[in-house]
Formats: sequence, structure tokens, C-alpha cells
Amino acid sequence: MRDLTIRFSALALSATLAGAQTIAITGGTVFPVSGPKIENGTVIITNGKITAVGANLALPPGAVRVDAAGKWVTPGLFSAATSLGLSEAGGPQFSGGYNDTRAQASDGIAAAFEAADGINPASTFIRPQSEEGVTTVGVWPSGNWFAGRGAVIDLAGETVGEMTVKRGVGAYLNFSASAANTGARAAMLARTRELLGDAKQYGLRKAQYEAGAARSFAASRVQLEALQPVVAGTMPLVIDVDRASDIIAALALAKEFGLKVVLASATEGWMVAKEIAAAKVPVMVGAMSNIPTSFDGLNARQENPALLRAAGVAVTLIDNGPGDGQSYNVRNIRQQAGNAVAYGMSWDEALRSVTAAPAEALGVADRVGTLAVGRSANVVVWDGDPFEFTTKATHVFIRGALQTTRSRQDELTARYLKLPPTYKSP
Amino acid sequence: MRQTPRAAAWLAIAAAGLGAQSAPAAKPAPDTAKKVNYVAGALSAPNSDPFPSTYQRPAARAVVIKNVNIFTSAGPLIRNGSIAVRDGKIIGVGASVELPPDAEVIDGNGRYVTPGLIDTHSHLGVYPAPGTAAHDDGNEATAPVTAHVWAEHSVWPQDPQFPRNLAGGVTTLQVLVGSANLIGGRSVVLKVVPSRAVQGMKFPGAKYGLKMACGENPKRVYQSRGPATRMANVAGYRAAWIGAEQYRRRWDKWLEKREGDPPARDLGNETLAEVLRGNILVHNHCYQADEMLQMIDIAREFGYSIRSFHHGVEAYKVADVLAKEGISGSLWADWGGFKMEALDGVKSNIAMVHAAGARAIVHSDDPSGSQRLNQEAGKARAAGMAAGIAVSEEDAIKWVTVNPAWALGLDDKIGTLEVGKNADLVLWNTNPLSVYSRADKVWVDGALRFDRRDPKQQWRTDFELGYVKANDGRTK
Repeated sequence: MRDLTIRFSALALSATLAGAQTIAITGGTVFPVSGPKIENGTVIITNGKITAVGANLALPPGAVRVDAAGKWVTPGLFSAATSLGLSEAGGPQFSGGYNDTRAQASDGIAAAFEAADGINPASTFIRPQSEEGVTTVGVWPSGNWFAGRGAVIDLAGETVGEMTVKRGVGAYLNFSASAANTGARAAMLARTRELLGDAKQYGLRKAQYEAGAARSFAASRVQLEALQPVVAGTMPLVIDVDRASDIIAALALAKEFGLKVVLASATEGWMVAKEIAAAKVPVMVGAMSNIPTSFDGLNARQENPALLRAAGVAVTLIDNGPGDGQSYNVRNIRQQAGNAVAYGMSWDEALRSVTAAPAEALGVADRVGTLAVGRSANVVVWDGDPFEFTTKATHVFIRGALQTTRSRQDELTARYLKLPPTYKSP
Repeated sequence: MRQTPRAAAWLAIAAAGLGAQSAPAAKPAPDTAKKVNYVAGALSAPNSDPFPSTYQRPAARAVVIKNVNIFTSAGPLIRNGSIAVRDGKIIGVGASVELPPDAEVIDGNGRYVTPGLIDTHSHLGVYPAPGTAAHDDGNEATAPVTAHVWAEHSVWPQDPQFPRNLAGGVTTLQVLVGSANLIGGRSVVLKVVPSRAVQGMKFPGAKYGLKMACGENPKRVYQSRGPATRMANVAGYRAAWIGAEQYRRRWDKWLEKREGDPPARDLGNETLAEVLRGNILVHNHCYQADEMLQMIDIAREFGYSIRSFHHGVEAYKVADVLAKEGISGSLWADWGGFKMEALDGVKSNIAMVHAAGARAIVHSDDPSGSQRLNQEAGKARAAGMAAGIAVSEEDAIKWVTVNPAWALGLDDKIGTLEVGKNADLVLWNTNPLSVYSRADKVWVDGALRFDRRDPKQQWRTDFELGYVKANDGRTK
């Protein structure tokens, strides 16, 4: 495979780079996101962390240099709403690992489902994403009303423990009547209030509960336990909601219970952007949704992220479209960003929406999302505008380690570039 | 997060299972008064066009777009050129053109023009938005061979996805039935224009297509009654063609002399016989390389040809065979992995098929992807280049224009910007292979059908009135 050979032999030359303790990326246009862009900037990585960013920096002794002249240097991209690692192949024969089907068949409460516990670090779907500059993802369960807890992981590591940036970054709530197995949204709201209220009561009366002296609650002990940080307002409740009136209802619920909330999907968010901004609630939205796919999202439009941002809402871009941007094509988060720009968002804001904004919304901004000193060295060197299709990620560092593994897709491509294939290792 | 649709292809089938709802139908009064004068033989002799196109090109002023970069799909990019259209046809294209009298002159300001984009794989109208069981009309998943159904009879022309496709620069669509069945039924080729009924959208003179499907979908849908295995899939295709061949012979013999009682008509066999006569083009949903090679053998056994393999996630493994056999590949830029037969998807699939000399096509099978065929082509080209396959921008544009035109048998009318061709064209704000590109204006047969800056030139379906807010002027 012509170019891949070049790509990988170039990387072989930089074998020292892979194990280097100190790396200096020099000469590129650096977009730290934590500050303005730096022409001819330098990013210094030491022991997996960013230790300096700026112009005219002195190179530390022993630093291995990466020449990024003419290139763009950004934080690794962060796709906040994925199911990466939970399921290898979707479809009926491969029931996914993202859904508690037992809960789905009964009350829809799977609040204790911990996504991090189901992630397969060996998934062949992971490497194709980091090859295209995605270094960090949010992984979420799906399907149920209270679907479970998400995790933020970096896309490198042999074990889930190694990959994990933070477990339990949020609790996912599908704000829909059908997910709650109720026929009506009002009934879903009533159930939500009951459950959150019971979770609070359970927290106050654990001793009585254990002694069998508390009244019965709307969910089992593990589910109520899992909801404790949510009702305490310390763990964000990620509310998946589309219709404008439902967004208002979700914001009211958050106020009533003192919840920390993130809105997800928010198809009609632009229609209530002022209210969302006033509530200081971040949103995670797609930039390519413009089809009234359901009666709850009739006013889908591509300007949604731009209009929300213009109203002062903290916007994270996610890929909630039909092209499997949650798993096989997480890499298309940069296409979402490009489309957000095409439909009114500034380029800088779009970059922020796929780096710092998700890190802030999910409470991991101290670890990832910018090139600020002290952050994990998730850094990507691009040979052009990262959102443009023709641009390649020439160097992807995750926690300071250059990623060089060939993906399964690379192996297949290499095998079939010559026809007929030999069916031997190249 | 919600369980997101991984691939419309299988999702559509899942939805089909919901279809058992029975609305109480009003009983029509028996119409005894109506006398019908049948044309002799009309009841028994097949009519090749019982639902004729009523599409009419609106009268439109001649248009010249000057100072524009033109991807003609028939030669190299014309930089800073002009294109002229009149009476629905292209009358000039090049560095400069003769100005027709009374022509509206548009300054392209260095923007780009392409032919109207063409999607060989759409379910618009048969799986409309919003998704409801009441409009779930794409898969007749009641028997593994349903050659008798025609997609056009399910098309809801008020599907709000049609205007969104047009705004994405798509002017021609093949609407297919779903992939639940071994042989699903007839497709229809539509112009993306408003109409009260599907007949007003039908592309005049376009051949019909036949949808066939390999692999997982049919054997999953019919697991309990069969086919439940791939070997039974193949037995099912062959049995259908055996019956069709017999039917064709019987009818061809009668049609020669037209004497005596005609053979009994059978809608399914009528369609299949037209395939065997070469009048209907086969569009075969097939993911795996091994199955594609088996389908080629089946086509050879019964003497028909396959016009396009659809989805073909493993087409790159048999790209040389597709080139040799003259079969096009209607493919995704980057879909894969969503089921076992899609596991081996690679992003360089389209470029590898192209490099082998076969006709590569970017298709969608998805109302979102269909609006962005140009972006998908840009992605597929970039993936090819990353794998070391040189693909020119001109060739990538062919994947969404002249190559799909060929797959639909319409490359003599659409797909290129050449004098005499239909004036289907798109004016883009920038290079259409860029992620930042948007269609600014779209013409179908020389008539302006979409203008991003002018809400009056933005088709709103009946459905959207009162449900979807009108353009508030903040549309980019």
C-alpha cells in the first residue's frame, strides 16, 4: 500500500518518538483552544503532559522534535456522545452492549448501568477513529429511559482502566414517553419526578431502608444508589430531548430538583435558545440534522448549533446522524464541525465545540480538551484544516504517545490493493 | 443516548415488523353506474406504461452563468467559464458561450457548477419523514419474492425529505423498495420536483429498475418460513427466474401472432420477463464479495445483466471483476461495521473500485447522506488518496453525476454538462468536494427549483405547512 507504507515507514523512523519522554512539536500553527492561535508555535510534551505552549520556546534538552512547519496543531478531537467499544457490529445478530435489555422490558430504569464496565479496549472500531484525530470520546449506554452512566475515555490503552479519563461523567435520561414505557409525556414526567424524589428520600433514609423501615421506592436499591450524585447536583443528568416544549419542561425539572443538566440532541433547541442560555445549561447537538424525522423534531435545521451559540449557550457538537457517528464513524465528528461552520458557526467556535466544550460539559476539562499546560498531551498535527476532507492527521499523540498501529481497515485495504490477493501477511 | 439508526437498510426492515396495524377503512359505495369501455385486449395484454409520467418542464427564461468553475463530468474542470441553457437544454458550455437573447445572466463570482446530482439508492417517499407506521411503505415483507410490487405506488410526494434533497443539489433519484426480499419489486426514477402525485415526478422515458437483495436481510426476515440460509436465498432467486423465463417464452410467442386467448397475466413475472428482455435494469443489494460473484453467475445462468451492486461494502475485493463484467458499484463513502456482512468496510472502497476501472457511484440509502452526496464524494476521494490512489476532482464528481446516470440508463440525457443534455445543474458556493460547500441554486430542466437566498424559491411540502416553521431569514 503505497502511501500507508510511506506513512508507516515515516513513523518507523520516529520510533524514538513513540517512546520519547520529551517531545517538541515546532513550527506549526497552534490552536490551543485555551487561548488564541499561535503562528510558528511550539508545543512541548513531557511525560505525557503538555508542559509548554507558545512562540519562540527554547527546546528542552533531549527533546525529540516533530517538524510541524506548514501544519495545523490542535487538541485531539473529542466526540462526546458515542457507543465506541460497547458493540463491535450492530444489527440484530450482534445485540449491542449499550442497552440493558432487561430494564427495557420492564420499567426502563437502568441508572446503574456503567458504560465503562462494558468497553472493549480491543475493539477494531477504536483505531480508525484515532487515525483521524479523535483522541477522546464519551461513551454512553442507550435505549432505556434512565439509560445509565457514561464514561470519558482516551482512545489508547490496553485496559479500560488505562483508557479511562473519568467514569460516571453523567447519567443519561431519554426524555421520552416511549422510553419510559408510558403512553404520554406527562406520565413520563410524573414518573421522572417520582424517581428523583424517591432517590432523594432514599439518600436521606438509607438506615431505615436497610432496616426495612422505609416505604417502598420506585426503583431498586442499586438504581437509587446510582442516582445519588444526580439528585445531589454533582453529576450531570444528560437529558436527551428534542421538542422545544419538552426542552422547557426539562429545564423546569432541573430547576425543581436542583439538578446539574446537559441537554443532548436538542433538535428544536434553537427555538428556545434564550431559555437554555438563561438556565446556563450546555447542549450537545448535531450540525447535520435538518429532517423532521419525528413529530418531536419537526423544526430540525442545520443552523441549530450556530443559533444556540449566538444566544450564549455552551455548544458541544456530536454526531447523532444516521452514519454511525457513534461507533464505526466517530471520525466524522470533524465533518459535523465543518458543516457547523458552513451553517453559520465561526471556525474557532466549531473547534471549541469538538475539544474544550465537551470537556467542560462532562467535567474533564482539567484533563483534556485544550493544549493548556498540565493537560494530557492529546495533540494532533494536521496537514491542513482539520475539518476538510482532504486533510490528514499526520501525527496523533494520546497522552504523549504517538499512535502508530495499523487499523483492521488498513490491513484489509493493504491486502486488496493488489488483486487477486495472496491471503498472506503483507 | 438513543439507539441511533445504524443503516437505513436494516432499520427499515425492523420497522416493517410494526406494520400490522389495521385502520378501519371506509367502505366505498359500489359503483354500479360507471361503465368502462375497455380497449380490446387491455385487460390481458401487458401495457408497458400504465402509470405514465405527467412531468412537464416549466417554461423558463434562458440562463447564462458566467465567471464560474464548471465540473462538466465530460472533461477537465473548466476554470472561469460559462454555461448557457435554454428550453430545458444546455446550449453552450466552455471558456465563453454565445449569449442567447433575453437570457438572465448570473455572475458566478468564481463559484462552482456541476450537473444535478443523482442518487441511485433512495427511499424518499416510501419511507417518508416523519417516520410513522402509517407511512412505512418501503418493504412488502410478506413473501420473499414480491416482483409484483412497484415502488411508485408507495411514494408520498409530500415527503419533506424531497425539498431537502433538492437543496442538496440532487435532481434525480431512484426510489427503490426495501431489501427485505430476495426480489423486492420495481423501482422508479424521479425528478426531485413538487407534484400532487408521483406521476408528475417520474422521469420521462426512464427505464424501471428491479430491486434484488442478497445476504442477511432476506434470510433474517423469513427465518421462520424460509429462506433462512444463504443457500435458500440462491435457490429462491433461481426458482423465480425459472418461472419468469417460462412466462416470457409463453408471452413472447403469443405476442408474435396475437392470436387466440393470451396467456394469463402475472404482475410479478411481467416485471421479471422485462428484466430478461433487457428492458428493466437490475439493482442488486449485496454486501459481500463472495455473494456478488454468485449473483453474477445467476445472472449469467438466466441471461440477464446486473446494472449495479448496491452497498457493496466488499466491492473493493472484487473490483477487477466488476470492471470486467461492466457492473457499477453504488457504494457508501464510509459506512460499514453495522452488521456481520458489513464488517469489512473500508473507506477506500469507492476509490479502489474506481481505480480498477469499474464505474464507481456514491449512493446514499439514507435521506441525510443523499443531501450530501458531494461531501460523501469528497470523503471517498480523500480516503483513496490516503491509501495512495490518485483520484482527480473531476473523477470524484463523476461518482455522483455521470456514473449514477449510467446506472439508471439515463447517461444520454443527464449526468454531464454537454450541449444537448438536460439542463439539470447546481451552482455551489465553493468547491462541492469541500465540507464547507452548499448548493446556492438548483435548476431542473433549465427551470430554477431552489435558491438558498430566496424563500420564494424554496419548495415547502403540504406536510410542512403549519408543522415546520418557514424560513426565518437566518438560513445559511
